[in-house]
Amino acid sequence: MAERVGIVAVAQTKYSPDRADAHEGELAYEAIKQVLDETGLKYGHDGESIDSAVTCSQDFWDGRTIANLNVNPYVGAHLSHEVKVAEDGVNAVYVAMAEVMGGHHKASIVVAHAKESMTSFRLAENAGLDAIWLRQLGLDNWSAAALQAKRYMHKYGITPEQCAQVVVKNRKNAKNNPFAQEPMDLTVEDVLGSPIVSTPLRQLDFKPHSDGAVAMILCGETLAKKITPKPIWILGASNCYETHYLGDRDLAEADALIKAAAKAYKMAGISDPGKELDLAEISEPVSYQELLWMEGLGFCGRGEGGRFIETGTTQMGGKIPVNPSGGTLAGNPDGVAGMARVAEAVLQLRNEAGARQVPGAKVALAHGVTGVCGQLQAVMILGNS
Amino acid sequence: MQIQDRVEQVDDLDRYVYHGRIDIPNSYSAGTVGSHFLTELRDKKIFLGMKCEKCNVVYVPPRSTCKYCFAKMDDSWVEVADKGTLLTYTVNFAPTAAQPAESPIIYGIVQLDGATTGFVHMLGEVDLEDLRIGMRLQAVFKPERDASILAVKYFKPLK
Ligand SMILES: [Zn+2]
Repeated sequence: MAERVGIVAVAQTKYSPDRADAHEGELAYEAIKQVLDETGLKYGHDGESIDSAVTCSQDFWDGRTIANLNVNPYVGAHLSHEVKVAEDGVNAVYVAMAEVMGGHHKASIVVAHAKESMTSFRLAENAGLDAIWLRQLGLDNWSAAALQAKRYMHKYGITPEQCAQVVVKNRKNAKNNPFAQEPMDLTVEDVLGSPIVSTPLRQLDFKPHSDGAVAMILCGETLAKKITPKPIWILGASNCYETHYLGDRDLAEADALIKAAAKAYKMAGISDPGKELDLAEISEPVSYQELLWMEGLGFCGRGEGGRFIETGTTQMGGKIPVNPSGGTLAGNPDGVAGMARVAEAVLQLRNEAGARQVPGAKVALAHGVTGVCGQLQAVMILGNS
Repeated sequence: MQIQDRVEQVDDLDRYVYHGRIDIPNSYSAGTVGSHFLTELRDKKIFLGMKCEKCNVVYVPPRSTCKYCFAKMDDSWVEVADKGTLLTYTVNFAPTAAQPAESPIIYGIVQLDGATTGFVHMLGEVDLEDLRIGMRLQAVFKPERDASILAVKYFKPLK
């Protein structure tokens, strides 16, 4: 039986619309230095040091074909082992977990970085689409998300007001998060009054462009307990991939997420997520997605996401607070966002989440998403005992 | 590749940002199955689908394997209609240089009659107030011969 894998330290930069002052490596190092200092770990192969680095970045966002190029010298990958994940950060944590769980590595440092300010983001998204069938239409993640939102809202009678409630809740929660980029006091009317971008979605339905980085260190149980009195355990982890072509899927359903969640819950021994989870950090770059992903995660039934948020269950103080950090909507870079969700879950389970702390949190869910309309869904369950 | 279109000093600490662009030509193969679809679209103005007999799924655009059973299905062509039903749409008011039509561009996913999947494209010749999920649409072709997805100009309401 493999050792449990623990996260022994996490760090985030403050998320910012434009870190033109910092080179990508310098930005990443702001988070890397904190986890190295906190754990006192060095790099090496003595069985008690960091012997692997997993980086997470997107080439197109960085405007080069090797987005880890400028980060590797800062993550201890000089003359050492490194793997790059070009997907959401939850998958990078997953790779590090597998490395440690398999016993091939003893301690792995994971870092995700992105500076969306470096590129013309929507053109880069367009270039990420299939060149023959989608890219020539000029679609990007905004217009594709709008196609999904319309389908979802039509099929289940989800209202713009219910989607706006996600924005209001998360931007408000962000006021308690010192790393958040754009905390705001908003009303549903503010969201519905913001400029229309792509029907039915408005400017405030989308996350702002963001720069930032997250770092963490994972190791096996024995080493983890030597490093910190408060290791956080990965209890379950899974991901599931969905077809790229938008016409192949019913965009009103989160089928990939349902499968990813089922596997992660099974691994963690969770049978009733709504009761057994103390909080969830869900990646929602667009408002309606929090509702749809909650359905996929089994917090409510299919098509019930809109009515579910109206119950207040997911507010701070509710039965299962969703995105106490403010989530991705308050500003996280693509790719970094899911790892920020893991980092926030860890802070909650260490009882170090400050003003956004969910009292007595023992089990938390972190969710990440990659690609157009939630193509690749990742779920991680974390616990502190 | 230009790496120094413009240099900008970003603050008063002498830190610089170099504005550039990567301009590299790429060549993307449509493949055997995709090319046949595009040829027939150009020459006969018809939409061909690929059918998995086992799963009873008709893929438009076609592909050579079924996503459900992974079977190879590269010669079970079926013709589907140039008319269909709107599954979802968006009116996009945020233009980019990648968009091939004037803003606001209307995107839609159309289930062509006879197809299982939706076909992602644009809508035209429609009043924005008349847009409805479930509305019937018909393909409008560009006058020029073009073996690409843009051989279809857009879909318009079926009268
Ligand atoms: Zn099949």
